[in-house]
Amino acid sequence: MANALVFIDNPGAALKKSSLELLTIARSLGETAVAFTGELNDDVAATLGAYGATTVYLPSEEDLDNYLVGPKAAYLAAAVASSGATAVLLDNSPEGKEIAGRLGIKLNAGVITDVVGVEADGTAHKSVLAGSYNTTAKATTPVTVLSVKANNVEPSPVGAAAAPATATIEVPAGAIANSARIAARTEKPVSGRPDLSEARIVVAGGRGVDGDFAPVEELADALGAAVGASRAATDAGWIGHDAQVGQTGVTVSPQLYISAGISGAIQQKAGMQTSKVIVAINKDAESPVFEIADYGIIGDLFKVLPQATAEIKKRKG
Amino acid sequence: MKIVVLVKHVPDAQFDRHITGSGNTTDRDESILSELDEYALEAALQLAEEHGGPKAGNEVIALSMGPSGAVNAVKKSLQIGAYSGVHLSDDALAGSDAAATSLALAAAIRHISADGRPVDLVLTGMASTDGETSLIPAQLAERLSYPQVTFASSLEVAGNQVTARRDAGAFSETVEAQLPAVVSVTDQINEPRYPNFKGILAAKKKKIASLSLSDIGVDASQVGLAGSWTVVESAEARPPRTAGTIITDDGDAGIKLVDFLAAQKLL
Repeated sequence: MANALVFIDNPGAALKKSSLELLTIARSLGETAVAFTGELNDDVAATLGAYGATTVYLPSEEDLDNYLVGPKAAYLAAAVASSGATAVLLDNSPEGKEIAGRLGIKLNAGVITDVVGVEADGTAHKSVLAGSYNTTAKATTPVTVLSVKANNVEPSPVGAAAAPATATIEVPAGAIANSARIAARTEKPVSGRPDLSEARIVVAGGRGVDGDFAPVEELADALGAAVGASRAATDAGWIGHDAQVGQTGVTVSPQLYISAGISGAIQQKAGMQTSKVIVAINKDAESPVFEIADYGIIGDLFKVLPQATAEIKKRKG
Repeated sequence: MKIVVLVKHVPDAQFDRHITGSGNTTDRDESILSELDEYALEAALQLAEEHGGPKAGNEVIALSMGPSGAVNAVKKSLQIGAYSGVHLSDDALAGSDAAATSLALAAAIRHISADGRPVDLVLTGMASTDGETSLIPAQLAERLSYPQVTFASSLEVAGNQVTARRDAGAFSETVEAQLPAVVSVTDQINEPRYPNFKGILAAKKKKIASLSLSDIGVDASQVGLAGSWTVVESAEARPPRTAGTIITDDGDAGIKLVDFLAAQKLL
């Protein structure tokens, strides 16, 4: 009987850092099993074992990806029943949260999203109302479902990389009937930069870049950072909407957030004020972003960013 | 087509927002129609208009669950163009988490379907701007056994099928589902219209139905803090971030920035 079940959805050839974080948290809750989808290659299986998973469940159906979340939630509910787990951990992506939501209804289980910390008894910590409150929440039900934000624990393996046992979970018939079908799918071009929601460093540009994201992108690449943008910049079409940081976009919580040419209107602040360190560059000394910046530079981003990029390259040799 | 749009009365994010009371619930003074719901309402109005408007038997019903003030979200929706409104209000609903909220909303939607004209489509925003969990569309769909289509950036209904485009994540997808369905839309789907003078006058004549828990056949123990499956044990206001060092660029701010990053061990 497992205590915690971690959902890992189609990791491909290697596990994402956020999955390793979930496995690390799960271990603090007790014996860990994994509900897996996609191809389980030997390397991934070994990594799962190294992070403490004793059993890996695999679905009986292969085409779960052709439907929106419904069948995955049904599979996961069956895996919870088989494993006997009392805590289920998922990543905090939109899809992860929706699977968590449906799973909660199927299991009569409380769901807590946007979790930033989990205690051994399943009590969850989160930050709400755009980072203005820290709350402690708990499910009052026998099973707890938690979707956990990335970058809140340091992944650590248990050591010995024993391959876990595998078991097949029958996906309930009928799970597919009431689900939306994905009729067509095209992969978006990959930028090579880290994923915005998981990045350790984010460099974001706003109205002040005036259509030219090059200095923002070059600094991001020198720092190994993701590129973000304010709503003004995405609405102007200077960069894709996927890059939008803020209340109606991606909420980020990196180690370092560099804001360039963004005034810091409340909805932008809402998306980034739980970042550990905030740096702001803006020509306007009155910009609200300076009220929350750890390091603020009143200056022209077109001068400051390239100079910083060149200096970083020089120091990194 | 009979379309229900979920509209939520939320604290205005332009001001400081607060958590109060023994249940650690959000203070709802200074509340407005959740900005993201306007996109769902606009999508509903466009779908109804494309299918012949009210003359062709289409309906756009704004549904809000919340205390007495939440009727303002319904009124605003009527001014923007919703055809009628439903306000689900009961003291026992206070403090409902997503699971309890979805239970009450599912019962309200069954009630709205019970006049012999079943609901075809439930439209919602991508998230509320207060709780921001995005759980309601998924949990409502699960409770109603409807398919869910989330984060739609375009939407069409033809016959018994809804087709949507989604651009979330690493893929761009076309998604199809049979009606009835729950669909959440992003802020990319349209430009919401504003209420004009004519709309504001017309709204005064539109009907708002008030529903209580007994109307929708839900027991008080199933909702509110009593019926929720999660409890917020404590809430602490986070100390506001304070401004740090601010410098004015004298030609070497980029280098000083790198010095700062190095000192913080962020390089």
